[in-house]
Amino acid sequence: MNDLLVLGDEALALGAIDAGLSVAYGYPGTPSTEIIEYLQKYSQEHDPDLIARWCANEKTSYEGAVGVSYAGKRALVTMKHVGLNVAADAFVNSALLEINGGLVAAVCDDPGMHSSQNEQDSRFYADFAGIICLEPKNHQEAYDMTREAFAISEKFKIPVLVKLVTRLSHSRAVIKRAEPLKKTDNGKASDRLGWMALPSLSRKNWQSLLEQQKYFKEYSEKSSFNSLILHKDFREYGVITTGLGGNYFRENISDLDYVPSQLHIGVYPVPEEKIKKLASAVKKIIVIEEGYPFVERMITSILSISLPVHGKLDGTVPPSGELTPDNVRPALGLAKRASQKFSDETLPGRPPQLCQGCPHTDTFTALNNAVAHLSEHIVTSDIGCYALGALPPLSAIETLLCMGASVGMARGASEAGRKNVVATIGDSTFLHSGITGLIDAASTNTDMTLIIMDNSTTAMTGMQDTIVSSPRIKEIVLACGVSPDHLKEIKVLPKNDKENTEIIKQEISYHGLSVIIALRECIHIIGKKK
Amino acid sequence: MNKKNTYDIILSGVGGQGVLTVAAVISRAAIKEGFTIRQSEVHGMSQRGGAVVAHMRLSRSEIVSDLIPKGNADFILSMEPLESLRYVEYLKPDGKLITASKPYMNIPDYPEIQEILDKIQALPHSTVIDAEHLAKEAGSSRAVNMVLVGALAKELPLQDESLKAAVEDLFSRKGERVVEINLNAIVQGKNAG
Ligand code: SF4
Repeated sequence: MNDLLVLGDEALALGAIDAGLSVAYGYPGTPSTEIIEYLQKYSQEHDPDLIARWCANEKTSYEGAVGVSYAGKRALVTMKHVGLNVAADAFVNSALLEINGGLVAAVCDDPGMHSSQNEQDSRFYADFAGIICLEPKNHQEAYDMTREAFAISEKFKIPVLVKLVTRLSHSRAVIKRAEPLKKTDNGKASDRLGWMALPSLSRKNWQSLLEQQKYFKEYSEKSSFNSLILHKDFREYGVITTGLGGNYFRENISDLDYVPSQLHIGVYPVPEEKIKKLASAVKKIIVIEEGYPFVERMITSILSISLPVHGKLDGTVPPSGELTPDNVRPALGLAKRASQKFSDETLPGRPPQLCQGCPHTDTFTALNNAVAHLSEHIVTSDIGCYALGALPPLSAIETLLCMGASVGMARGASEAGRKNVVATIGDSTFLHSGITGLIDAASTNTDMTLIIMDNSTTAMTGMQDTIVSSPRIKEIVLACGVSPDHLKEIKVLPKNDKENTEIIKQEISYHGLSVIIALRECIHIIGKKK
Repeated sequence: MNKKNTYDIILSGVGGQGVLTVAAVISRAAIKEGFTIRQSEVHGMSQRGGAVVAHMRLSRSEIVSDLIPKGNADFILSMEPLESLRYVEYLKPDGKLITASKPYMNIPDYPEIQEILDKIQALPHSTVIDAEHLAKEAGSSRAVNMVLVGALAKELPLQDESLKAAVEDLFSRKGERVVEINLNAIVQGKNAG
């Protein structure tokens, strides 16, 4: 087949296509966004029968994918790592179902927090749910493992998690495609007892999942993605690598006097026998793993002999941030490579900022004006481009937690007795998980003002269409129980600044719930739509 | 033009300046020349006017790491002088920095431009190019990034035909004129510095 230059995300998407994927759902989130985007493009250009859609959030995406599996077809669901928190209820429980059509969750972690609020490691979720996790270290593996993930999902009747990280998601390389499989149809699941999470059934299903663990371990033990290379003549130390840690180790091998034995782990549950084999051949183990010290924490309980283990827990490898070819060198006893320097190495940073002409700038300007004269106020915010309103000169927002939290936090702050509480949220984030918070606030007519900054797109992740068009957001707000008298729309433009400031002031002073929809398209979609 | 087996290149600039387009042209041309490539990009938040860097590795053999190790880069190619300096640590002792001369001032504390240029010129190997002027000569000030492609391409074993084919692949849907301007800009970049 043909060779293709693709992003890691795209390699994963192609693996799914070639595994006979029927339906993919997801919510945009860096670095996972390009998986669905690629599938949508592929569907348009080559295969109209392939369904690839954005959903309201990761939980609805995941549930949709489980439905596809029940119906008998192969389903992919994509999200960033923190999206799995949102989907966790469906994800963890789906491990107890008798998966029918192959169900693969592609979850992209963001060590180093390039575009995220934390660097949680999705391997813990797979472990928590008791399922198999595959972790590619390069593009070809992203393709191959995704194909395999569908096969083992159907074989073991479990969802399978494929974990990528930013550096792989957003790196390009050439992959080789294998013979594509046709879309499969297993027919609707034959036994509904495997599909209802009733306590009486779940007890049985949990028991059978526990019994299956030994087969998962056997699979992991045999997998060639868990590769053990022993160098019996050098016993001083051995290395366990996971994810991109394996690449950074290999990048430095040519600088080592002796090449140590290495176990690379790409399939979980961890291959305990291979770890024992490595341990018996060396005097200590250095663990170089991308993400949290997941394998490292397990090693001592796996080994019957006591062996020194060094890694993130004792700081031999940096415990936070992403690994690089440079920061793993000290663990291998290597000094920095020679490089160039310039005098007085201080440069001003260049943080990201709202684009020139961004509608959010005008909203925040009006909001800042409106609250300037107040003796006290609180402005909560949310996840999206507008989070950049935290930076000077706007410095408009005070809090940022997770998708949708601005609304619930504003309610809590108001009920705690604080005055002039304002929540700011984007249209896509509002649809994702702001609506439920608004229903709460409406149920008690809480004294707060919600500003929905409607730029008609999911801008931060690269302009994906929102699933509800702008005019209908108003209807949703009213349906949540907001009084029509306190639902205002403003057009955010610099020339409307005075008028907008007045409207925001008025609604803040109203002792009850108001919603202001601040309308203007993101400057990047104006050209795109024409 | 030398005949090495591996080229590590840091591409830098500010989100929106077209760093990824530079990477796309070079990598397509390199693939046509039979190189294995790896190109680590930046998507997401930093693309909003922040510092952006792409790591690009060309090799005649397997590439394992997506990131270039510090001290390993043969070139830094930058859309902007301040951003070129941010990654000097990645340059090999004999590596070369190539940058466009025009500063992109979207931060309040941008240093005196002469200070920045002095630091660049104090490095062992550097070229500062008036890419904006050359892009205008080529037909459009928007072709700055292609001038830089030209400036780098002359240091790499890439045939003109490969670059031409890469530009056609990427820009033909925007029309013949755009292809022509971009090709002119590459020639301007090759002749500069
Ligand atoms: S991408 Fe759109 S919404 Fe985001 S900062 Fe730029 S103009 Fe604003």
